[in-house]
Amino acid sequence: MNLRVEDVTKAYGRQRALAGVSLELRPGRLTALLGHNGAGKSTLIGVLSTLIRPTAGRIVGEPGRGKVGVLAHDSFVYGDLDAEENLTFYAKLYDVADPVGRVRTLLDEVGLDESARRRPVKTYSRGMLQRVSLARALIGSPALLLLDEPFTGLDRTGARALAHALVKARDDGRLVLVATHDLEAIADLCHHVVVLSRGKVALDREQEQPFTLAELREHYGGA
Amino acid sequence: MLKRALVLLCAAGAVVGFFILPDLVFEAPLAYNLFITQKIFYYHVPAAILLFTSAIVSGVASAGYLKTRRGGWDDVAAASAWLTVVFGAITLTTGPIWARPAWGVWWTWEARLTTALLLWLIFVAYGIVRRFGGPGSDRLAAGLAVFGSINVPLVYYSVNVWRTMHPTTNVIPTLRRDMLAPFLLGMLAYHLLFVVLLAARAAILRAERRVEDVHELALDAGLE
Amino acid sequence: MRFLRHAAAVAGKDLRVELRTREVVTTMVFFAVVIVVISSFAFTDQIASVENTASGILWISVAFAGSLGLARAFDREREGSTMRGLLLSPADRGAIFLGKAASIALTMLLVEAVVVPLLAVFFGAPVDVRLPWLVSLLVLTTIAFSIVGSVFAGMLLPTRARAVLLPIALYPVLTPAFLAATKGTAAIWIGGKAGMAEADFWLKFLVVYDSLFLVASLWMFESLVLE
Repeated sequence: MNLRVEDVTKAYGRQRALAGVSLELRPGRLTALLGHNGAGKSTLIGVLSTLIRPTAGRIVGEPGRGKVGVLAHDSFVYGDLDAEENLTFYAKLYDVADPVGRVRTLLDEVGLDESARRRPVKTYSRGMLQRVSLARALIGSPALLLLDEPFTGLDRTGARALAHALVKARDDGRLVLVATHDLEAIADLCHHVVVLSRGKVALDREQEQPFTLAELREHYGGA
Repeated sequence: MLKRALVLLCAAGAVVGFFILPDLVFEAPLAYNLFITQKIFYYHVPAAILLFTSAIVSGVASAGYLKTRRGGWDDVAAASAWLTVVFGAITLTTGPIWARPAWGVWWTWEARLTTALLLWLIFVAYGIVRRFGGPGSDRLAAGLAVFGSINVPLVYYSVNVWRTMHPTTNVIPTLRRDMLAPFLLGMLAYHLLFVVLLAARAAILRAERRVEDVHELALDAGLE
Repeated sequence: MRFLRHAAAVAGKDLRVELRTREVVTTMVFFAVVIVVISSFAFTDQIASVENTASGILWISVAFAGSLGLARAFDREREGSTMRGLLLSPADRGAIFLGKAASIALTMLLVEAVVVPLLAVFFGAPVDVRLPWLVSLLVLTTIAFSIVGSVFAGMLLPTRARAVLLPIALYPVLTPAFLAATKGTAAIWIGGKAGMAEADFWLKFLVVYDSLFLVASLWMFESLVLE
């Protein structure tokens, strides 16, 4: 159930987005991926999601297509359809046994208002959109959950709801990786911190208790 | 080392061939009705054959590239595509020059001509896509080459059949036995030229790729 | 079976979105009609061959309107990066491609249903004769367009110059299909023993073309679209 990244490099022409990255994800830990913009966080998530093919290196223990849930800046939902229609569509693609039931359960879990579910997604607020996207990421019961800057643009309530969902995913035994530069949001959630700098791993640290905000600031000072 | 020697040998052969060829062409017997203008055929036919050959080479190499993603395949595919355009241009200009006195028209919709024109257009599109496409254009161009090559037998066959339903009087003549010598020399010289140009162009493309790779390594080592 | 179910889901989703907005169908129909109207200005008096002219105009308008719909259908997958969402799912890439091609084909057939009667109005083309042949020809050519179009449009998705590059790459490859379509349509309208024999040939040709390119596309779609 562990996932190992072994010496992964991704080059785009002359640019190296990732240069020999190695790390390990374990269930129940929630890994925080920190780093400046351009450090390679999004690229690493792309590689882990199998959408980007690494130039060198490999991933061991990849759960396989359909078993990876991604929450990124892109919503992955169709604006003209409503939340239920979007999720039902994805449920069909993921061969979910009881699409209607599962969609309802998930939308309840992420806390999307009943009244909003029948409106086209393009009318949603950022917080609502985030909830639908999270539900979409979870629809196939993924073994690996990847989140790229999920807290951006969320208000306090939204951030709290998301954190709650992340803890649940972590405790459900999923592999969870959150790339963010919002230390406050990720504090007290993660047991494992990886810092990327210019495509390389600058820091890789684990501990028994979740990292507090103070500890994060200390290791990742000068963010 | 052997490869370079072979290519140089081909180059030498091509040079000699094209040097001798005009004499042989001049001395070749004249065709009954067309006399001098028929002689362009010695240059036109090999060019046409190479148009098709380089298109197929590009199609096969493109398929190889798409499946293996190794740069070597792409170099051959791109070099061959360029040659398709070059030989196509030669074919499509020498052809009408012959056709006008022969048939009275510059063009006719006959199987070989139609296929040649289409193939040329497809590989011109290949060039445009590679030049202006940006990232990912290597895949699109490869797809274009593969699909384009599939079209060759389709168009040829269909236009042939269609022509039997709507026959015209514009017929491409067959070659007479006593014109064989210059024809064969022309074919040989052209094919040697093809090999040389393909090798040279592919080598240039490969060198460009290598420069990019080295540049990357330098960046990584912090040299720039 | 699962493959077909996924393709049906993608096609269904596309059609549902289209039903919601009706954007693509409206623009395609309008564009096709405008082309027919403009073309008819050029051929007002004494057309030498009504069948050939009308046939040519039919397929020109379908070709242009079709690329409009094609571009738009795939552009939709850029908003919200839904294409990535599709690629992340366990659905076979080929199923995604097939679903998109199917929905584009259906939209195009709708447009053709509007344009064909117009040809009778503006050119006096005999569109109601031998309807089964005509419909077969329309369907087969539309399938050809949808298959090849979807492959190229899918490939071009991340490219910046895609609006320009799509026609440049697409039309040369589709030329044999349009050749068959124009000649076949004209042959059906001219009729007679020779005409129908020719029409039969072009129909068979399109079946071969469609099969070849469907197989090639399914085989290549995966390697063409992935980074």
